[in-house]
Amino acid sequence: MSIAQASAGRARKPHQRVERVAIRFAGDSGDGMQLTGTKFTESTALAGNDLSTLPDFPAEIRAPAGTLAGVSGFQIHFASSDVRTPADQPDVLVAMNPAALRANLADVRPGGMVIINADAFTDKNLERAGYRDDPLPDVRERYRLVEIPLTRLTFEALADLNLSQREASRSRNFFALGLMYWLYARPVEPTLRWIADRFQGEVGEANRRVLMAGIHFGETSELFPVSFEVPPAKIEPGLYRNITGNTALAWGVVAAGVQMGRPVFAGAYPITPASEVLHELAKHRHFGIKTFQAEDEIAAASAAIGAAFAGQLALTVTSGPGFLLKQEALNLAVVAELPLVAVDVQRAGPSTGMPTKTEQADLLMALYGRSSDSPMPVLAPATPGECFAVMLEAFRLAVKYMTPVVVLSDGYLANSAEPWKIPDVDALPRAPIAYRTEREGFAPYRRDADTLARPWAIPGTPGLEHRIGGLEKQDGSGNVSYLPDNHQRMTDLRREKVERIAAEFPPLEPRGAGSGRLLVVGWGGTHGAIATAVDEARAAGREVAHLHLRQLNPLPRDLGDVLARFERVVVPELNTGQLVRILRDRYLVPAQGYSKVQGQPFHVSELRAVIDRALEA
Amino acid sequence: MAEPIARETPALTRKDFETDQEVRWCPGCGDYSVLANVQRVMPELGVRREDFVFVSGIGCSSRFPYYMNTYGFHTIHGRAPAFATGIKLARPELSVWVVTGDGDGLSIGGNHLLHAIRRNVDLQILLFNNRIYGLTKGQYSPTSRLGMKNKSIPMGVIDHPIDPLAFALGAGATFVARTVDVDAAGLQEVLRRAHAHQGTAFVEILQNCPVYNDGEWAAIEDKRTRVEAGLPLEHGKPLVFGAKGQRRGIRFEHGVPHLIELADDADPIAAGVTVHDERVERPAYAFALASLTPPAFPTPIGVLRAVERPSYERLLDQQIATAVEQRGAGDLRALLQSGDTWTVE
Repeated sequence: MSIAQASAGRARKPHQRVERVAIRFAGDSGDGMQLTGTKFTESTALAGNDLSTLPDFPAEIRAPAGTLAGVSGFQIHFASSDVRTPADQPDVLVAMNPAALRANLADVRPGGMVIINADAFTDKNLERAGYRDDPLPDVRERYRLVEIPLTRLTFEALADLNLSQREASRSRNFFALGLMYWLYARPVEPTLRWIADRFQGEVGEANRRVLMAGIHFGETSELFPVSFEVPPAKIEPGLYRNITGNTALAWGVVAAGVQMGRPVFAGAYPITPASEVLHELAKHRHFGIKTFQAEDEIAAASAAIGAAFAGQLALTVTSGPGFLLKQEALNLAVVAELPLVAVDVQRAGPSTGMPTKTEQADLLMALYGRSSDSPMPVLAPATPGECFAVMLEAFRLAVKYMTPVVVLSDGYLANSAEPWKIPDVDALPRAPIAYRTEREGFAPYRRDADTLARPWAIPGTPGLEHRIGGLEKQDGSGNVSYLPDNHQRMTDLRREKVERIAAEFPPLEPRGAGSGRLLVVGWGGTHGAIATAVDEARAAGREVAHLHLRQLNPLPRDLGDVLARFERVVVPELNTGQLVRILRDRYLVPAQGYSKVQGQPFHVSELRAVIDRALEA
Repeated sequence: MAEPIARETPALTRKDFETDQEVRWCPGCGDYSVLANVQRVMPELGVRREDFVFVSGIGCSSRFPYYMNTYGFHTIHGRAPAFATGIKLARPELSVWVVTGDGDGLSIGGNHLLHAIRRNVDLQILLFNNRIYGLTKGQYSPTSRLGMKNKSIPMGVIDHPIDPLAFALGAGATFVARTVDVDAAGLQEVLRRAHAHQGTAFVEILQNCPVYNDGEWAAIEDKRTRVEAGLPLEHGKPLVFGAKGQRRGIRFEHGVPHLIELADDADPIAAGVTVHDERVERPAYAFALASLTPPAFPTPIGVLRAVERPSYERLLDQQIATAVEQRGAGDLRALLQSGDTWTVE
């Protein structure tokens, strides 16, 4: 390939087509890496690529500058074909300082590109990052190192503006963004529009200029002989947008209110990584949504149950430690048989754990974490976009069966983005609510023969005044009852009601094959990594299939049969073995777990190895 | 009024508010009297029976909803104010009453009580104070007196007690009252006032537990001694108590109470007795009143404070109305297609 001649101050360089690329932006938590990654993601989506992202940031808002603890990263994987994971190894690392290099270098594909802000590689910063010697000679040897005086170039671009050095310095992430836009031929207009909308006066002008300076630097600098082109992916036709799991989840709640014809009440208490759901819902008061930031997690759940008693679509949303506090209220919702959706955006624990890191270790709490026998349906979305549909389904089931429903999302799904085909609103399921108004034959716990749901008779309905509560109910009348046979019957009914939901589930269809040597069973946000690993293994001739469970309680009725059709079952989970325990307990199959609890999603490569080992055994 | 929607209300009687459930409090329990008086007042409030909701936590008093033929929710220990908040925010047109006790409301539920009050959610909160845990059989509560001996501390209580009225005032209550279980007329009047108040109406009801703490409020419950032991509060009237020949008044100077002996023909105001004003915006005066405790002072009975502040559920509904006015009613399609989108052919 030859380098095109520069003409009229503009360089035209050759394009090289590549099929897929993973880029990681890394810097101090104050460097704006999440913003840079988000903007690159939006632009990449508009370029028509399939994509997946992994934001990875510390819980501290501003850890000491330049230290490893403060490093914030954002990885994006995009391609001209299917993308289901953020990729195991980035092809390109943009490191804004030595700490970012040190924290991320080991992940970069050998021979990959490492772009650094050379101005930040001072002795002081190297020392802060814990480097004793200059790391760059070694980086040069193993990677394609590109050293750019990013801070200086930023200042130069802003020389005639009336900005302090500190203010000017803040724009330098836009230089990196511009450079990457040029390198991968991304459209810049959406970001320019966004800058114009978002920033006033000189700050906006500074960001615009620095972004363009990054692009021009790519065009003219001899450091980059070639730019890359990642052609659009072949994606199902339709209207698309980028969406994170938390946004999809919140919009699913909004949609449930619209499609079911009732306003939504959402009780929540701030907690990472679930707070964005509250923030997103709070923007939509014009949908009649009542968000309520309660005094604590318990009150958030309690207020939501109160709203459900009063006839609203009730939501409470939290993460693990908050979900633990809510169990008391959920316990009451089980016996009161009121519709409530409780979302746990799981994070690494126990206790405060690692708030910004992902894990899927609250499954057993969702299933068994309450006093006595307290069954609740449990659903789990598999992808960020699926968070939308799962909320519609959760509300539908909650109301139809008069039961609290748990939705288990996780930190990865919450923050990860993917292109999402915007659903046709007219095609969304409608499930209007029918409250009980008929006096004749009314009793608070007289059940529907099919669903076993009790009637939803709400305050304000004449003639249906009744009392419910946490004391055991007499079957039918709902009066307080301590009779032995009645408690047995009510316990059985509560369980049976949840079990009957399984009649609605579609038949299970493992990806790849319906029977054979090995089945990999997953649930929740590990879908992308497992599906990719299984597809790759099958392409390499391995006899393996993938089954992903969206319903964790009740389990699908055909699950036992599906498991029995495979010689071996492996269950990879980001916990120490929770679903595998349930499968072994329930179906007496010798399923093997594969556990990882590092606060990070599975790598495709490690799952490939798990598959190969299981087939060799 | 607690009822933003005017509705035609059929003539109801006390009987309409009784349920078929056998009342299971101990014989002689103060709760019976409170229940009877609540049932008497309900028909007078201009609210349809189906629009009442009684919410409770856990404890003897929290069985209350089972005996009221309205909508009712017997919830979990201490959390009734949170459940009631959800009900009221969801359906502001309902008349929502919370029944709690000194343990339920001030121990496990202190946090929820605090926040319901400071938000000024339009609830009537009735806190039955018997200074003991009854349902768990006689442990000390957060209002038990220092030195009181009971099952869980046989050598006597060493936890400094909390005063429910001071707690409510500290939380920024807009309506604070105290009444007595056996004082039918006084109790009914306070209930009517509480219902009429827009915002959280906090009512402490001094209630006797005949089994585990009998006689705690004897001086104020007994009609013969009440004249001396109680300080009846009436807006615009001087703080005077005592029988003929033993009349006394209270004068506050810099928040410090002083007793003033009054001759039968003396004009209390001329004698310097403080005139009760429940509408003083600053809570210091109500605090000073709440600080009056026996044996040195009589126990204030009646409405200590009644000021106006917008209630939470109204502010929330206003935000929704404003949002709809500014942006139009929510459009799901527009939301899903907002921001950057692209079409794949």
